[in-house]
Amino acid sequence: MKDKLIHSLETFGLTPMVPIVRLASGENPKQQFQDLFEKLGLPLIAIVAFLLLWSVSAANVQTSLGQLPGPSQVLEQYHGLVAEHKEEREKEVAFYERQEARNAKKLAANPDAVVKIRPYTGKPTFFNQIFTSLYTVFTGFVLGSLIAIPLGVACGLNKRLYSAVSPLIQVLKPVSPLAWLPIVTMVVSAVYVSSDPMFSKSFVTSAITVTLCSMWPTLINTAIGVASIDKDWLNVGRVIRLHWTKQVTKIAIPASLPMIFTGLRISLGIGWMVLIAAEMLAQNPGLGKFVWDEFQNGSSNSLGRIMVAVIVIGIIGYILDWLMLSLQKVISHSTPEGAR
Amino acid sequence: MSHYLDIDHVGIEFPTKNGPFRALQGVDLKIAKGEFISLIGHSGCGKSTVLNIVAGLYGATEGGVVLESKEVSEPGPDRAVVFQNHSLLPWLTAYQNVELAVKEVFKGKLNRSEMHEWIEHNLELVHMSHAMHKRPDEISGGMKQRVGIARALAMQPKVLLMDEPFGALDALTRAHLQDSLMEIQQELNNTVIMITHDVDEAVLLSDRIVMMTNGPAATIGEILKVELERPRNRVELADNAEYNHYRSQVLKFLYERQRNPAQTEGKKKSVKPRLVGKGEAA
Repeated sequence: MKDKLIHSLETFGLTPMVPIVRLASGENPKQQFQDLFEKLGLPLIAIVAFLLLWSVSAANVQTSLGQLPGPSQVLEQYHGLVAEHKEEREKEVAFYERQEARNAKKLAANPDAVVKIRPYTGKPTFFNQIFTSLYTVFTGFVLGSLIAIPLGVACGLNKRLYSAVSPLIQVLKPVSPLAWLPIVTMVVSAVYVSSDPMFSKSFVTSAITVTLCSMWPTLINTAIGVASIDKDWLNVGRVIRLHWTKQVTKIAIPASLPMIFTGLRISLGIGWMVLIAAEMLAQNPGLGKFVWDEFQNGSSNSLGRIMVAVIVIGIIGYILDWLMLSLQKVISHSTPEGAR
Repeated sequence: MSHYLDIDHVGIEFPTKNGPFRALQGVDLKIAKGEFISLIGHSGCGKSTVLNIVAGLYGATEGGVVLESKEVSEPGPDRAVVFQNHSLLPWLTAYQNVELAVKEVFKGKLNRSEMHEWIEHNLELVHMSHAMHKRPDEISGGMKQRVGIARALAMQPKVLLMDEPFGALDALTRAHLQDSLMEIQQELNNTVIMITHDVDEAVLLSDRIVMMTNGPAATIGEILKVELERPRNRVELADNAEYNHYRSQVLKFLYERQRNPAQTEGKKKSVKPRLVGKGEAA
């Protein structure tokens, strides 16, 4: 039971919890305290030191928007953002209540009356923007993976195809999202024409930019993973005369799953990084737009609010990476021993 | 003797950067049904290449392989291969590894419960019933090779091809597996071609031992008929004069007439890159 718990904690990267579990079960306390100090204590000390350094040095920087905010001001701004969010939600609830009451009244007076139900159109809060960003990055990431994995498998199975497209990949891979964005914007404007669009153009532009910038590691890793499969495994497939589609689904993809997941993990990391820049330029109502709007706004609170965004962006990036790593460990048959 | 499997004047050339490399030349061997053949020779002499040509994994440059009066042109389950490093798919259990083959080979011929029975029967044959739902990384090297054999047997091949099946195992495990293989052979009377490095293994298991000359342009040097009575017992045979005579014949061929090329010509590249066994001990 205990070993299982420890194993799953390790699988999900929660190593600091391991000594606590061991301690609770009364296992060699001295060793466990030492372990706890190394895995939990040291990082905490480093964080505290960083916060101190930040608050001391921030106090010495004067900008046109006032003094550079330290940790306490940033925390204050965070609370401000939470309060704004709550207020906005209350407004939304009130709006719907009013609408419903109005419609009920209308229907009571005339049962045949046509009632209109309008969605609430208040401004998105910081937390709405986080979800917009996550939604956008996942759309771009999934789109990219759907292109990169099949193409990567094809490249891995066919050396000639890989030699053919490899230079293209190498040239397209390092292009900055800021360079892609104008092109993507123009193409989306030209191609994505609809009187009642399902998605806003800014969303489509941002998602496609994420796709373009983040698909390469998955593509390359998949190709290398498939190309380096143990030849005997493929020969097993040939001997039992597997159809090539089954050769791909039953042997090539499972065999290269660890490599594919490493690629996906890098891709999602890049996608998240690219997204913020894309949102700034495309004005997709996510975290990137939040930062940009605050910067343009230039109130005395702006810098603090931007720093909240920076920290949130960092934490979300970390969580995404952790999610992918855990997923990789759960799904794939063999992870490198060192990563466990 | 009826020619069940005919390896007819097979030669093969591999393209390399320095022009074609001739690995095999005029390999000619006729094998009867139910015969157990060992291919023995030094590293790099093209034993595996012969096996791969019979399997259909390589195409011969000249000559060809005829099985039951049909020419071999591609790999197929009638020539099942037991690979040296077991090559079980690590994400599947022993059962699933065999299942993958059975489902493909007996598609439309057996129903689900018959397939299930057939898979279990074959795993039982190699004494793996107790661990059939374990994955390859949970079982020992010897057990993995047993599953590899079960997978090949489950295809009901006309010819069973074994590429140094016990090469990566320790001596004790190897002996166990050889005994199992002899038992199975007694029961099923398969036609087998086995590659080996091990002189004792060759004499113990084979009806005929085919000794290959060193490459390049390797070919069959000598064929030794082993007429020891079956069932054979390794302990009894240890003092058997006939057995020791066969043994010394093979040794003489390998170490007098065909000196190891690594010793005579220094380190030379092997004919084809082969996967080195992962060297797991049982």
